[in-house]
Amino acid sequence: MIRLEKRPNPSRLWTGLTPILAVLLTMVVGGFMFALLGKPPLEAIRTIFWDPLFHPQFAGYSRPQLLVKAGPLILIAIGLSVGFRAGIWNIGAEGQYIMGAVCGAAVGLAFYPAETVLLFPLMVIAGALGGWAWAMIPAFLKTRFGTNEILVSLMLVYVAENILASASAGWLRNPEGMGFPGSRNFKQWASVYNDELVINTGMHWGVVAAFIAVIAAYVLMARHIQGFNIRLTGEAPRAAKFSGVSPARIIFLCLGISGALAGMAGLFEVTGPAGQISIDFGSGYGFTAIIVAFLGRLNPFGILLAGLLMALTYIGGELAQLMLGLPGASIQLFQGMLLFFLLATDVFTNYRIRLTGREVA
Amino acid sequence: MKRRTLLASAAALSLAAGAAFAQDVPKIGFVYVGPVNDGGWSQHHHESAMKMKEHFGDAIELIEQESVPEGADAERVLTQMALSGADLIFTTSFGYMDPTINVAAKFPDVKFEHATGYKTAENVSVYSARFYEGRAITGYLAGAMTETNKIGYIASFPIPEVIRGINSSYIHAKQANPDVEIAVVWISTWFDPAKEADATQALLDQGADVVLAHTDSTAPLAVLEKAGAYGFGQAADMAEYKPEPRLSSIIDDWAPYYIERVQAVIDGSWESVNTWDGIGAGMVGIGEFTGPIPDDVVATVTQMKEDIAAGDYHPFTGPLNKQDGSAWLAEGEVADDGTLAGMDFYVEGVTGSIPN
Repeated sequence: MIRLEKRPNPSRLWTGLTPILAVLLTMVVGGFMFALLGKPPLEAIRTIFWDPLFHPQFAGYSRPQLLVKAGPLILIAIGLSVGFRAGIWNIGAEGQYIMGAVCGAAVGLAFYPAETVLLFPLMVIAGALGGWAWAMIPAFLKTRFGTNEILVSLMLVYVAENILASASAGWLRNPEGMGFPGSRNFKQWASVYNDELVINTGMHWGVVAAFIAVIAAYVLMARHIQGFNIRLTGEAPRAAKFSGVSPARIIFLCLGISGALAGMAGLFEVTGPAGQISIDFGSGYGFTAIIVAFLGRLNPFGILLAGLLMALTYIGGELAQLMLGLPGASIQLFQGMLLFFLLATDVFTNYRIRLTGREVA
Repeated sequence: MKRRTLLASAAALSLAAGAAFAQDVPKIGFVYVGPVNDGGWSQHHHESAMKMKEHFGDAIELIEQESVPEGADAERVLTQMALSGADLIFTTSFGYMDPTINVAAKFPDVKFEHATGYKTAENVSVYSARFYEGRAITGYLAGAMTETNKIGYIASFPIPEVIRGINSSYIHAKQANPDVEIAVVWISTWFDPAKEADATQALLDQGADVVLAHTDSTAPLAVLEKAGAYGFGQAADMAEYKPEPRLSSIIDDWAPYYIERVQAVIDGSWESVNTWDGIGAGMVGIGEFTGPIPDDVVATVTQMKEDIAAGDYHPFTGPLNKQDGSAWLAEGEVADDGTLAGMDFYVEGVTGSIPN
């Protein structure tokens, strides 16, 4: 008979091993799924994981794209991970991402067509503030009325989507756009265009910010007293209270950090790769970042790798659609499996399997 | 050493095969904003692409990519398609406009066709359908069939195409029934069955008994069926709701255009064009008239359809005033395409305001 026995401490070995195991399981089961769809499984897996990096025809283009796609994921996931460590579940990063983009773009467009180097930093600040303010709503409601931040932050995503729709169809609409929705294109505005810093690397300011955030989060969580308080709140809330950590403070801090980072990610995206505020600007980075945060074990450097891996499945998934005609939904299923298997194998971090043949259960 | 040569020659072989393949048959790419089974917009483009593929058989290679978000992702997908050797790429959603233009600038030898946009380039054509011609027919039917003198309209986004549809529907509903009123509900989505059903119910509660939709699902028809009210197929025939509540339908048919454009690539005669076709060219189809429509109404709309197809009748023919009462078109005057393309006002008689 097989029993699960709780480990006294989470296994360090399994903490590192489960993401790798989850990726391997996803490859196996995903390959099986592709075979059922009548596509060559090995080729599909190779197209997703190998071709974006090494295919002679595509790699030159898709390798830099990896950073473009991973940048916002990492930036948002870093913010989320801080809150998740404290047991504060901000599920609404997508909304904060959208609000950051809308606020930052609105501030920028208010100065159109000024050409000054000050404008872009101003927009970044506005974007961070926009995301921060949006995250303050669940923080305030939680500390004041004890509402559940999961529900409130998630519901606010839909509010943000409607604000985005009204911005792109109305108050931020390009006056020269013949009535079609969508703001001015930032790519045609030199002062604010968040272009590649070095040509053909995909490295724009958002990617730089993501790397800085990784290091800053590491310092915060490992070296700073607030990081200790955050971890303590997550792991032993009562002990945290006794040692004088204010739960409300931690809530405001965690939601504030994740909101501001998500907002910045939105701003870097709208001024760079996306180029404009449009109805469909929010393409799910805020939700995918939740997977990235967990896949990265809520560890800053883990998140960095997880973000790159997730970006790889996106770009490889697109290639697989293109080269092998795989349906788009199967790629989404493939990505979903990654989180599923991670959570499933996570059991081994906290439990160990005991074969209890002789004992009477 | 041996292994390396083997690998190298295998690679060379596959490359050569790929190159030969690409040279022999044109590679035609399609990018869709939704899944290809959304029952509406993307599905129609996909089905038209399949018809095109059927027409040419092995003379072309078809590559497709579905559920591509508009914006940065679209730009990457288009670049990858161009890199993979596509000769002609159809980008089938409005939001692909800037990505299409950007990628087209990087690949001058690849030809692009963007649906419903307005930016063209040397290697970028735009194409769209005059759906408002179909709206004239369904609008007239709605006006003729309403007993409460109130028709409902489910609108997606306040863009010119949708506003044209509302205006055209109302103008022709009024031709059939001078007392008719139109109530518009904006739901900010092209495809969301739950929202569409809610909107339909809200319109019914306001007293409408015929509801037109500018969204893609069949949810409104399902609600109308229960309520005993009438509606129309949108984008697809939605024949499963025949004979009632579906009275007729506006069908998107891109296949003739796709066949024509792919043929142009094969012939080497492709040029950048700006196409805006309607019932006449077959891009807008009108589904069979079903249900309890009186014979004289059927005769009127059949005639109207023929007149529009032949170019004898334009749905926006004066005298027409704008909503605020200011004059727009004089007696017998016909709207110009420029005004229609950027339409951002209601005609006189439509109540409510365009959300901004």
